Amino acid sequence: MTGPMLRLEGLVKRFGGLVATDALTLDVVPGELHALIGPNGAGKTTVIGQIAGELRQDEGRILFEGAEITRLSTPQRVRRGLARSFQITQLLEDDTALDNVALAVQAGQGHGFRFFRDARRDPRLAGPAMEHLAAVGMAGRAQVRVADLSHGEHKQLELAIALATGPRFLLLDEPMAGLGASESKAMTEILRGLKGRITMLLVEHDMEAVFALADRISVLVYGRCIASGPPAEIRENAEVRAAYLAEEEV
Amino acid sequence: MTLVLEQLLNGVQLGVMLFMLAAGLTLIFGIMGVINLAHGSLFMVGAYAAAVTAAQTGSFLLALVAGLAAAGVLGMVIEFVVLRRLYARDHLDQVLATFGLILFFNQSIILIFGRQPMFVNIPPAFQGAVELLPGVPYPIYRLVIIAVGILVALGLWVLITRTRIGMLVRAGATNREMVRALGVDIRLLYTVVFGLGALLAGLAGIMAGPLTSVQVGMGEQILILTFVVVVIGGIGSVRGAVFGALLVGVVDTMLRAFLPGFLRTMMAGSEADALGAGLSSMGVYLLMALVLLLRPKGLFPAHG
Amino acid sequence: MGLVLALLTFAALAAIPLFPDLVGGPATITLFARMILYAIAAVSLNLILGYGGLVSFGHAAYLGLGGYTVGILYAHFISGSPFLGLIPGTNQLLVTVPAAMLVSGLFALAIGALSLRTTGVQFIMITLAFAQMVFFLFVSLKVYGGDDGLIVRRPNVLFDLNLRDTTTMYYIGLVALAAYVWLVARIVRSRFGRVLTGLRQNERRMAAIGISTYRYKLVAFVIAGMGAGLAGALMANLQRFVSPDMLAWTKSGELMIMVILGGAGSLIGPIWGAIALVGMETALAGWTEHWQFWLGPILICIVLFARGGLYGFVASLLKRDGR
Repeated sequence: MTGPMLRLEGLVKRFGGLVATDALTLDVVPGELHALIGPNGAGKTTVIGQIAGELRQDEGRILFEGAEITRLSTPQRVRRGLARSFQITQLLEDDTALDNVALAVQAGQGHGFRFFRDARRDPRLAGPAMEHLAAVGMAGRAQVRVADLSHGEHKQLELAIALATGPRFLLLDEPMAGLGASESKAMTEILRGLKGRITMLLVEHDMEAVFALADRISVLVYGRCIASGPPAEIRENAEVRAAYLAEEEV
Repeated sequence: MTLVLEQLLNGVQLGVMLFMLAAGLTLIFGIMGVINLAHGSLFMVGAYAAAVTAAQTGSFLLALVAGLAAAGVLGMVIEFVVLRRLYARDHLDQVLATFGLILFFNQSIILIFGRQPMFVNIPPAFQGAVELLPGVPYPIYRLVIIAVGILVALGLWVLITRTRIGMLVRAGATNREMVRALGVDIRLLYTVVFGLGALLAGLAGIMAGPLTSVQVGMGEQILILTFVVVVIGGIGSVRGAVFGALLVGVVDTMLRAFLPGFLRTMMAGSEADALGAGLSSMGVYLLMALVLLLRPKGLFPAHG
Repeated sequence: MGLVLALLTFAALAAIPLFPDLVGGPATITLFARMILYAIAAVSLNLILGYGGLVSFGHAAYLGLGGYTVGILYAHFISGSPFLGLIPGTNQLLVTVPAAMLVSGLFALAIGALSLRTTGVQFIMITLAFAQMVFFLFVSLKVYGGDDGLIVRRPNVLFDLNLRDTTTMYYIGLVALAAYVWLVARIVRSRFGRVLTGLRQNERRMAAIGISTYRYKLVAFVIAGMGAGLAGALMANLQRFVSPDMLAWTKSGELMIMVILGGAGSLIGPIWGAIALVGMETALAGWTEHWQFWLGPILICIVLFARGGLYGFVASLLKRDGR
């Protein structure tokens, strides 16, 4: 496939007087892991929200695999293969880890209007769901209620659910936030394993992880992209250092 | 033509009543996130307090004070005893608890005053009619209600656009979390908003007394109509409450006045009357359905 | 544990008419029959309220529509003139009940299609308002009694059974309740049910895994409306009378209270809630004319302090004993 897999064209989002996304243009090419970094309040999560279709941009277009998806709803985008994970985990608290993933598998199969058979005993749901749990290292925790899982496990489960929708493109909103050092390492390895198979846009504050994983990095400040390029280039970029990296002491 | 003008004014007058309830309801929801079914009870209590005081003393002024005081005090008690515990709860709990309040208040009124409706005289100063146009007399009292409604709307507008409390109210209606984050004395803001809503509901009740009979259940009838207003206008929006209330008031009044006559030109009289009564009482709900189809968030949504 | 409690509940309910003296005579059987029919309505509301998290404040409308379907079909059966010149009247229970469910379901489809475009507090207000619209519709239908309601002089016919006999009606109600509970039990465990309970817990998550939530909510709304229609149709036969009272907004409130009191989101909690609320109302009404004066504060206390309802309470007791 030629051309970018995801393309943002002149995206603008305002909240009252505040411009959260300021004429943002960005390409993510097939197969790459593209990191989106920037100081707090730079509008990274707002960008993810617009790509996922939860926020409606005020101006600009979003193209996915060459087709405009600007007006599609979130579920429609997911069904096209564009999934996301949440920074603040959005899980079904009363259900088990397996239930959460199985529901995403079910959504991917598109057979929701079945009223009689017990879904929990359906091997076509539990089988793939277990595989996705295993892929994030949670096979042993499948039957635990979400409310009883740790924060780190919530983050892993977020990823497993996103994977279970069968995405070709993943929007990852701070998958490492709040994780301990060893948990971050584990998450980094999981993402590394996905590279190449799934194109990813990663928003992350953990610079160690970003520079270890990213093929390209874009830097967002006050809603505009001030630099974009391979990690080595971004590391040397004076403007980026001034705006951002210096205070983070990379 | 003169009849049309008269009914139009009647519609505006109903709209004014609805506005006073809807403004309180929508602000309370906008600021505190609470749905208060007992808002209609404040309307009823204001009406009863004023009716009783007027019957005892014969003074309209005292009746006005008594009605406002009763609604205001009751509003504060409700907020303090029940609603305060419900801010953090979901809407379901709020609905059920305030439903319990309605049962309690209605039955209390029956215990104290009985089931017989009370009738209130129009204050002497406002009796009679004036000629709006040559040959078009209109009751002064209804004009007074319309005037009071306009004053209330203007007062609210000044309060919301020109004062610090108003700024917080506006901010709260669009972003509740932000007001919390600003470190404002939220308790005080809540009490002010709730008290204001209670007073407006009481005022509407006082003014409604001489037009309709004062009876148990009057609060709920108008409450549900107020919900229609809030849904049409857009939740949390005072501007929406103004337009929604006028729209509902005028449409409801016009349909009731003219639909049966219109139908009578097409079918037998008794059938036309029955169908007309049915359709006109359903009219505002159909209007709501139409608004929902076109603008699911109401005509003037407060939340972005 | 849930299954055991359900079986115990139904066994107890099935046994009640066998000991008429124990429960206070045949008049009490009528009371229990009413509880059973309200239980059907409460279970149906629980499907959307308890499992789906949709706070519908207009559920009595479907109850009343079901009742009026039976009443109107009976009236045309007696007069011999078809309804709207098209549909002949009937008094066959096997026709009237499905017809009632169909009518309630169609109204639920129309009202749900509009209301479900909104969420939260707007949804509450809108369902309440539309139910009020249906209420006014029947108040204004003077042909069918208007304010005064419609008398169904003889109950519907079902084979050779005597539906005037309250015990017979009781068992018909119980069978209907069992069937509907079984249906709901299947639904909440199915793929559809997984989506429904997911909606209650986190609607944002459901959209993010690619589920268009609207259609699921609407289908659940219709199934629930049909359940209430079933309850209303049987109630019209039990009371041999329907009136706008049946779809008053206070009735919707009572149905919600039954669900919460019994335990929202549990299979049989709403049955207990219906029995408890109707029982409590009857007891209070036997004691004082002003029973609502006491019921109001009781409700507030239930909401403020008793989370999880009766079912949650019993379940927590059993769990403690189990350890």
